[in-house]
Amino acid sequence: MSHDNLPVKDPELGHPVPNPGLEEHVERYTDVDKGAGDRAYRTILMMLGAVPVLAILFVVIYFAVPRDAYIDFGILQANAMNLGFGLTGGLAVLLIGLAVVQWARVIMGDEESVEIRHAASSSEEERAAVLEEFDAGVEQSGVRRRKLLLGAAGGGLGISLVPAVVLFADMGPHPTAAVRAETIERTIWEEGILLVNDVTWEPLRPEALEVGQLVNAQPANLNDFHGAELQVEKAKASIIVVRMDPNSIKIPQSRADWHVGGILAYSKICTHVGCPISLWERQTHHLLCPCHQSTFDLGNSGVVVFGPAARALPQLPIRVNADGYLVAQSDFTVPVGPSFFERDSSQDFQDGDQ
Amino acid sequence: MATPTRVAESSPAVEADRAPASKPKEMHGVAKWADERIGIAKIGKFGLRKVFPDHWSFLLGEIALYSFIILLLTGVFLTIWFKPSMAEIEYDGSYQLLKGMPVSEAFASTLDISFDVRGGLLVRQIHHWAALLFVAAATVHMLRVFFTGAFRKPREVNWLIGVGLLSLSLIAGFAGYSLPDDLLSGTGLRFVDGLIRSIPIIGTWAEFFVFGGEYPGSILIPRLYMVHILLVPGILLGLISAHLALVVYHKHTQYPGAGRTENNVVGYPLFPIYMAKAGGFFFIVFGFLVLMGGFFQINPVWLYGPYDPAKVTAGSQPDWYMGWVEGAIRIIPAMEWHIAGTTWTWSVFLPGVGLMGVLFVGLGLWPFIESWITGDKREHHLLDRPRNAPTRTALGVAGMTCYGMFWLSGGNDIIATRFNLDLNAITLFMRVAVFVAPVIAFIITKRIALSLQRADRERVLHGSEDGMIVRSPEGGYSEAHLPVSKEEEFLLTQHLQHKVLEQGHDTDARGVQRKKGGVGRLQARLSRWYLGHDIPKATASEIEAAHNHGAHGEVEGSHGAPELDGDGTGATPHHSADEDAHSGSTAG
Ligand code: HEM
Ligand code: FES
Repeated sequence: MSHDNLPVKDPELGHPVPNPGLEEHVERYTDVDKGAGDRAYRTILMMLGAVPVLAILFVVIYFAVPRDAYIDFGILQANAMNLGFGLTGGLAVLLIGLAVVQWARVIMGDEESVEIRHAASSSEEERAAVLEEFDAGVEQSGVRRRKLLLGAAGGGLGISLVPAVVLFADMGPHPTAAVRAETIERTIWEEGILLVNDVTWEPLRPEALEVGQLVNAQPANLNDFHGAELQVEKAKASIIVVRMDPNSIKIPQSRADWHVGGILAYSKICTHVGCPISLWERQTHHLLCPCHQSTFDLGNSGVVVFGPAARALPQLPIRVNADGYLVAQSDFTVPVGPSFFERDSSQDFQDGDQ
Repeated sequence: MATPTRVAESSPAVEADRAPASKPKEMHGVAKWADERIGIAKIGKFGLRKVFPDHWSFLLGEIALYSFIILLLTGVFLTIWFKPSMAEIEYDGSYQLLKGMPVSEAFASTLDISFDVRGGLLVRQIHHWAALLFVAAATVHMLRVFFTGAFRKPREVNWLIGVGLLSLSLIAGFAGYSLPDDLLSGTGLRFVDGLIRSIPIIGTWAEFFVFGGEYPGSILIPRLYMVHILLVPGILLGLISAHLALVVYHKHTQYPGAGRTENNVVGYPLFPIYMAKAGGFFFIVFGFLVLMGGFFQINPVWLYGPYDPAKVTAGSQPDWYMGWVEGAIRIIPAMEWHIAGTTWTWSVFLPGVGLMGVLFVGLGLWPFIESWITGDKREHHLLDRPRNAPTRTALGVAGMTCYGMFWLSGGNDIIATRFNLDLNAITLFMRVAVFVAPVIAFIITKRIALSLQRADRERVLHGSEDGMIVRSPEGGYSEAHLPVSKEEEFLLTQHLQHKVLEQGHDTDARGVQRKKGGVGRLQARLSRWYLGHDIPKATASEIEAAHNHGAHGEVEGSHGAPELDGDGTGATPHHSADEDAHSGSTAG
């Protein structure tokens, strides 16, 4: 045997004491004691013998246990069939594994073997031979004399990637300025659209709101949408309506007529990554996003007071219509939800603006 | 793969043990039929008795492998009923509380699997538990490979494949989590939408392309389904095959010890022992997961309800492996740039996309960085004991600590409500902790590793205490020491201690220019920082001297060994006369 291609030439490097060699093999109890060996053997057989029993039980449960049977036993509350399947199936599979591993551990011979390693690299001769064959191949290919072949083939191959990439251009509509204006930059809010409670779908009246109260609302025209379209519009149009004491909040000049006697409407969509915001602290007028805890001050035009969000929550201008219901004056004046690259959001409302 | 010539040499020790058969055996039946067509005898000769070393920490990769197989099996079962469609239908299954509700087909079919297909719930739950176990096992396996230095030459490529596997398994898990279209998965997708949107320059385009328009649209779940059941598992399967092929080609590493060398592998043959152990272990993992699926509820989507973009539950958490990204997103302060009419949302992009990039690129580069710092170009088949690579070990623990801090931040709201703490205070604390805690962890770990090195050295030179206090005629007390066994002595001294790389003498101010035999300044500095603090292991003459003392009945004291200074950063390992110029003792 030639071991000229060992991983390291000097395996003894830095050894102050020599390698004493493998420790002597010690026989296991199950090897020397016949009784112990037989017991181990029986245990393994018993484990394997339980498997068919469990498998049959599994099938019985499949056909016999009603689907809605429920087990309520202390902390164990679960669907009976699922529990039965898990118990019988799980134990059966586990026992196969335990039995086989036990067999390997106590019955199969446990003398260690030694194998010689080889360097990952090829030998010098192999390298030389491969290089020679490669050269022969290059020679045979003719590129030595017709040099342009390689460049032309490579170039052709490279260019052919362009159509392949272009094929993906229809994965979605292209967010050009016009498309953005019709999608992420607008919602279905418009002048005169009723604010409706998002659970009861009743239009909101100012008298029905107490100071400190928060109501989740939707535009009444959301009802015109279904399925995926509904989800897309709802993902942008959802609002929260709060009533605060007008004397306890800051209302900037530019938004003086956006509220109805201390009732203000804000986008429910967090400007961080777009979670619907929900946690309201009525004392502080703070609204907390449950996703990453951005906190907005609804008593101060929705500016960020804490957390990773960078923009104030957009406010929806509202008024009361002739029938005494709350309606929108227009769409939001800025896009809702997270900022995006194409739009400079630095002009959005900031703390201190009037 | 190995060339056939090498195969012939496999396990000489074993073959020699077997009594030679008097007459060569002949193949019959199916084996003969197959050998005549596909040459199975050659394959068997190469593989049947291949030796694998045995150690519990080598089971971690196996757990990942088996979880993956179980994911494939249970996943195929789920596809029989699951409908990857966002079309709205009225729910009409046997879960009474949602009857008549408008839900997506994806959500309805998930409920059908859970309530109307017998065994469907079990398989769904096994699938989810297996996914969590898969990522966990792969992560811990990676830590094992890291801390034992199994990524060193020649296994760097397998390490890179491993990094690819880990990142893909995160994607696979996330895509799967999103399929049922329940409230939690929708919240996760909204997060992804924001993440994609935050990518500078192409963000909006990428968002529209991925979602087929505006969020959530109607095509995302079918697309994720393709990613989850075809694209990612396909690539994973290919990469795992390559990963295992390389393990076979390189042969598995082994822990150092008597009889183990860089040039051999000591263990049990594939057939029958390793096959039985590994095969049996597959069933153990499977059985364990089936029990989990039976007893422990996971992702009860019917309790969350169908996705509604206007709803979110407080305390909603992603699966554990996304927790650290979630944490980073939570604690980063708001950061938005406005340049020439555009917006750059760093506070989403950096923690979301950036941090993952840093982790995976950093992991991928590590083997190359380490070998550059240590100048180590040898092949390694014996694993490091973590204490013998103290800086690596400390870096690893620092990395885990940093990860842990981010991960905890992902639950800042839960911590706040459970322990009645102020949420904002926790967030502020975490902003500091993600930087400071790793540094503390680094220092402590390195100290521990160095004291273990010192303890090893002491043990080799003075043996182990025998537990008996002896009073000498002069009245002094001492404890007798027993010399350690030959095997232990070898184990404690066999590791290589690399020399600190020396800066070339002719380097210019920036340290770029190299003189023959020296390295650049940066490399030399890093090398000193990385290697300079090792406690020099006992040398042959020190051991010799210590043994002689022992033979004369003397106990205690460290006569043979050079004194170490206070913090143990005494001399550079491998001292030789002409190397005395540098003594690597900078700060500990
Ligand atoms: C994602 C799924 C993964 C699977 C299914 C997997 C599977 C395995 C298996 C079965 C082994 C042999 C047994 C062992 O040493 O544990 C192995 C070895 C190895 N794995 Fe992985 N692994 C995965 C991920 C990773 C990761 C994330 C890394 C590192 C970034 C990695 C790096 C390695 C290396 C370097 C070896 C050789 C170890 C040695 O010979 O000591 N693997 N892998
Ligand atoms: S989505 Fe609201 S804080 Fe992140």
